[in-house]
Amino acid sequence: MVKPIWIARDPSACSGCRRCELACSMHHEDWMWPEASRIRVFMPFPGVEVPHLCAQCMDYPCVNACPVEALSTDPDTKAVIVDREKCISCGACIRACPGTVPYLHPGDNKATICDLCGGKPKCVEVCTEAGYNCLTVVNEDPNIHRKLYSRNPVEVAKDLAVKFFGEKGEEVIE
Amino acid sequence: MTPGGYAGKWLDVDLTKGSVEEFSFPYKTLEQFFGGRGIATKILWDRIGRKWSELDALDPENPLIFATGPMTGIYPGARICVSGKSPVSNGVVGSTAATELAVEIRTAGYDGVVFTGKSDKPVYFLVTDKGGELRDAGHLWGLDCEKTLIKLNKEVTDELRKRKPNIGLWKEPGTMYIGPAGENMVRNAAVCTKMCHAAGYGGYGSLMGSKNLKAVVAKGRGSLPKVDAPEASYLLWRKAHEGCINNTMFRRWGTGHLAYGAGADTSSEPIRNWQEEWHDQKQTGVPHYMDRFWVKVKWADFNCTTNCMKVSCIKTGPWKGDITDVPDYELQAYCGTNFGIFDPEDNVHMATLMDKLGHSGINGPNTMGYAAELYQRGILTEEDIGFKLEWGDTKAFDKLAHMMAYREGIGDVLAEGTYRAALKIAEMKGLKPEETLRYAIHVKGIEIGAHGTRSDKDYTHDISYAASVQGGDHTSNVTDGYSDMSDAVFQDSGVFCMFTARGPSQKLIFDFAKAITGFPITIESWRRETGPRIVTLQKALLLMGGPDVTWAPIKDDDNPPRFYEPLPSGPYKGQVTDRERVDIRIQAYFETLGWDERGIPTKETLDRLGLSDVEPLMKKYRR
Repeated sequence: MVKPIWIARDPSACSGCRRCELACSMHHEDWMWPEASRIRVFMPFPGVEVPHLCAQCMDYPCVNACPVEALSTDPDTKAVIVDREKCISCGACIRACPGTVPYLHPGDNKATICDLCGGKPKCVEVCTEAGYNCLTVVNEDPNIHRKLYSRNPVEVAKDLAVKFFGEKGEEVIE
Repeated sequence: MTPGGYAGKWLDVDLTKGSVEEFSFPYKTLEQFFGGRGIATKILWDRIGRKWSELDALDPENPLIFATGPMTGIYPGARICVSGKSPVSNGVVGSTAATELAVEIRTAGYDGVVFTGKSDKPVYFLVTDKGGELRDAGHLWGLDCEKTLIKLNKEVTDELRKRKPNIGLWKEPGTMYIGPAGENMVRNAAVCTKMCHAAGYGGYGSLMGSKNLKAVVAKGRGSLPKVDAPEASYLLWRKAHEGCINNTMFRRWGTGHLAYGAGADTSSEPIRNWQEEWHDQKQTGVPHYMDRFWVKVKWADFNCTTNCMKVSCIKTGPWKGDITDVPDYELQAYCGTNFGIFDPEDNVHMATLMDKLGHSGINGPNTMGYAAELYQRGILTEEDIGFKLEWGDTKAFDKLAHMMAYREGIGDVLAEGTYRAALKIAEMKGLKPEETLRYAIHVKGIEIGAHGTRSDKDYTHDISYAASVQGGDHTSNVTDGYSDMSDAVFQDSGVFCMFTARGPSQKLIFDFAKAITGFPITIESWRRETGPRIVTLQKALLLMGGPDVTWAPIKDDDNPPRFYEPLPSGPYKGQVTDRERVDIRIQAYFETLGWDERGIPTKETLDRLGLSDVEPLMKKYRR
């Protein structure tokens, strides 16, 4: 049996080009729409770019928090799938997520979460094609570490800033 | 009807009244002037063209324009074009910078913003999907660029989250701002963004400061504007990136290898205010930057895979915590070799300092290098400056950069930019203007980019600056009257980056422009009509100039005197810019554009380009 996929991520390798946002939104929205991309690159300070996307926690707190069962997991890819008809835009999944990853879509105001493009994520395709390899697809069994990657992007950026800039990194993000 | 690639609306801000209105351009105007530099020139002509010569560039009536174009954010390498009547050249400069602000303005539903008037207190302007609003900037005024950006990122993100608390996280807004140099109206100050990017040429930082406008911030939640042919656009987008990704050298080094190469290889690097253009100082080589300072080796702006940017940081010593980009070649030269500084660490520090103070990293240091040559020649003394201004003395140049930004002592004179400072110093010293101007490296007041013409081995040649409507701007060079129309003028109007235009073929780029807009645009139509229309209107406004400075036809369509002095060293020792070739090629350039032998657009040309309303103002310039 093929193992489920995960998008491994190394934010220090992100160039900040945001082609992931463009590729994602062209796939899901038929046009370039950065704020409707299932992966969004935060930049609390220039040079410190953080791609923010679903980490596929093993216990899926977002799915469990949904009061109307609009969220489920794909049996093959294990991605979180949103039933946009059922979603009532209550924001429970956003609050339940340790990294506040889901958001309400700027168009239909429904919960929006990475669906792994059914197994071939477009964001990874453009990232690796450009040689950045900030995002790569791995075939691995789910593990407890994934959830630790579900973090507030500003917190991630604060760590990265210190990694890049040393002590000065403590000052560049308020 | 709005053509593809345009949001279709602009914001018109009157800072005196505090009012914000929306306006639109007719389809035909967009087809004729495209966007960016083109549409900015059109706005300026419509609003202040008829009183151009009388209107001071720092008068509240002068519009400050932030313009995107139909290709911005869609074609690789998003940029914004900042414009207005230039406080430096008194003409029009389309000054571009790579920034997410351009994308955020478009996703908020706008193509650009025009500011007129002057606020009675410091403000910043925030654009969202709901429109634009002026917000108090009293707490930001006086802060350097780095602190301004850090505060704005936090403040605006928090404010937006407060407005829509339930939707999840907001990404940070796009931001452009001025530093102390802009606030104090240093004439050639930059409009800055992303810590180390800037719209430098033109001096729009001083125009922004004169309006009490500290920053422009935008956050949109919409899509980029819809295009005429989405499927073709998608394929062309993929193809264009293939071209960028194949640009291996650019991707690896950006322009960071030129601190060494432009000196040792092409002899075209400014050294000690252009007294030399050759050096063989190997410690300026790209590995010395990469191995010690680059903390991110592939840094890109929105929708760019050329990633010529690299993030530099100094982690030890007195300048610990300095953060900037590569520095790119322009700042390696102007904040390095042109000060007689050949140490990469000193160079990274000086580049960071320009970013923080809000100086344009080319133009500000050009003026500082000019001052150092006057000191070398005894025209400016230790008493005039307050200290010894020796070549290679980083601390002295550091001090001078602050004095210029805050207009202290001699800094107040130098803050007028190289050309005007030269005139003032001549007056101070009882010299003839030509005695100080002979060391001023500018064309039309615009201090020249770091690419010389004497060796003829760089991409800049005899008339590159002399004939340009944007003077010394190295990103807007004149070559033959054809190709510059489809390079700089097109990119600045598109608005996208000149470095993402390298790799993809020109045919692809124009096919992309057509797929986005639906205009029957081709490289030929752009070279024959749209490009010449924009440049001819820029030329007309530049000819009018004033009120403090005007440029004489032919006489001022020339290089600085230094470019005709023989190179004193290196493999091209003895070479000069060929005077005869300058004269011949300027005439050929004018002829190509349909300007007369003194560079005045002819009536026939104005009629052909749909600029007949400019004709009455051109008459007096003709013999």
